[in-house]
Formats: sequence, C-alpha cells, structure tokens
Amino acid sequence: MSSIVAIVFPPIDEILRWKPLVGNEGDPFAFNKIGLIAFFAAFATLALFFVAGKKRALVPTGVQNLAEASIDFIQDGIIAQTMGTKKEDMRWTGYLTALFFFLLFTNVTGIIPVIQMPATARMGIPLILALTSWFLFIFMGFKNNGIGYLKAAVVPPGVPKALLPLVVLIEIVSTFLVRPFSLAVRLFANMLAGHLLLVTFAVMGHGLFFAETKQAFFVPMTILPLILFIAITLFEVLVVFLQAYIFTILTAVYLGGAMHPEH
Amino acid sequence: MSILAQAAEAVEPLTSPEFKTAMSAVGAGFAYGLAAIGPGVGIGIVVGNAVQAMARQPEAAGLVRTTMFLGIAFTEALALIGFVVFILLKFA
Repeated sequence: MSSIVAIVFPPIDEILRWKPLVGNEGDPFAFNKIGLIAFFAAFATLALFFVAGKKRALVPTGVQNLAEASIDFIQDGIIAQTMGTKKEDMRWTGYLTALFFFLLFTNVTGIIPVIQMPATARMGIPLILALTSWFLFIFMGFKNNGIGYLKAAVVPPGVPKALLPLVVLIEIVSTFLVRPFSLAVRLFANMLAGHLLLVTFAVMGHGLFFAETKQAFFVPMTILPLILFIAITLFEVLVVFLQAYIFTILTAVYLGGAMHPEH
Repeated sequence: MSILAQAAEAVEPLTSPEFKTAMSAVGAGFAYGLAAIGPGVGIGIVVGNAVQAMARQPEAAGLVRTTMFLGIAFTEALALIGFVVFILLKFA
C-alpha cells in the first residue's frame, strides 16, 4: 500500500481480484464478476446476430444494418487484406466476427460506468483466446500444406546458407513460442494499463474530495483528476476498439500465413 | 574484527523487507521507463512513414492503415512486456 500526499492507492488485489459471487475462494467452479462479464459478452454477441438475422429484410435497418456493416468490415477490412478472397479464406468470417465482438464486449465493460472492469484485464480470457488462435493457425498450416508447413514456417526464402541455423532458431522461437504469448500479453497489458490509469485518477479525485486535512482548496481541485478521468475514458473507447481489431487482424494474419505460406 | 562486525551491520539492512520493497519500486520505474524508449521511437517512425505514404498515395490509404496498425501492434509489444514487468515488480 503506497500513499501520495494522503491519497492511498489500493493494493492490486483489491482492484483486480474479485470476490466470488457463487462458491468459495479457490473453488474451481467459483464464479466472480469477470466470469459474469464473459458470459454477458458471449450472450451479447449471440443476441446481436440472432436479432439481426431474424428479419432478413432486403433493405437493412437498425441492428441488421450494424451486423451487416460489421461483417463487411471483417470480410473487406480484415480477411481480404490479410488472408485472401478465396472461398476457404471467407469461411473464417464466422470465427473472426465472433472473436471481434466477444473481445469488444469484454473490453468495453472497462469504460461502462458502475461496471468499470474490463474482463480482459485478467490473464484468463486473453490467454485462452491466444492459445485458440495459436492452435488454429498451426492446425490449418499442417492441414493445408502437410508436413511441408514446418519448412515454410521456419525457413524464410533467400537466406544465405551460413545464416540459416540462426534464422531457423529465431523463426521457431518467434512463430511457435512468442506468438501466443505476445498476442495474449498485448491485449491483457493494454486493458490493464487503461484500467490502472482510470483507477489512479478515480482514487486521486476521491482523495482530494474527501481529504482528511479539510483544506478548503482541495475540494475545487477535484475537477482536475475528474477532467483527466473523462479524457482517459474517451481514450479508452479508442483502445477498446483498437485492441479487439488488432487481436482479430493478427489472428487473421497468422491464419493467412499458415494457409498460404507462399505469400 | 570490529571492521568486519561493522560491515556485517552495514550489510544487514540490505536484506530487510523495506529495502527489498524500495529497490523493487526503483526497478519497476526503470523497467517501464527503459522499455518505453525504443517502442516510443519505433511507433513514431512507423506512423510517420505511414502518414507520408498516405499523403503520397491517398488511394492506398486503406492498405497503409491496416499495415500501420500491424506494425504498431508488433512494436508496442516490447513496451507492454516492460509494463508487465513493472506490475510484477511493484505488486507481486
């Protein structure tokens, strides 16, 4: 516990480790706020597309419009740019759209007032999604290219013979070991950093407003952390979309690289 | 003998929990600060060149933007690892 001019920053456990809502601490089936948000996100993703797909109007309106625009975005903005436009590439639309919206909904709870906890600021969800992407791209690589995928993945073309052992070692580490790790850590650390920034300014504002020293000029100064809190919340809106986009597009890049290694 | 005893007394605080906490706080600050230098410069270069490319060829702006975000994501990873080290040193 550290204090800066009577402002006490809460320990990290208090910010991130939620008491179970169902079950006891340490119970494998204990269910806390993070789990609740994850269920909400999965449900919201399903609900969005079920509601959008119910009417199937020729001229889309409302939710249907949003769903069609987002599928266009996934197909034109992500798959066509990174994997290709063939039928086997477009088959990934479903997985990538679900991934994008699940991440969006788990991230966005970090800036919704009262909830204000991004579920992806805990390592669990990013880790499982990154391992899924990792497994999928390796599986697709072997499925499409057979055992030749190993050579295509670790031997870049046009490397001098003398450098080959070093390059192969670096490629093995970066493709098969670092990729899932960096994919998970990128999402997790971005969301955690944003959450900690918000906590910092919220705690600062609280500390100034309810200062024990009762200095008269402390209370009006609360406006400063409040302005920063709102500014960072607006910045987080950008981060929420960007991180969901980056996770999805990197998954697409890895899948595309594994399916068509000749590019 | 007395010098050795003094030295032992001087060394003893180095193992105290307060000293450990203080040093991990200092190390945490350095870890994040140093880890942020390279990616800061790198992201500047990536975005600067992307803006230049978009200004030269506005019709390729979509492709450049996608590639730019990819480049930022890869460059940023090192700073984020520094941030994780910061969290681990400071809180764990």
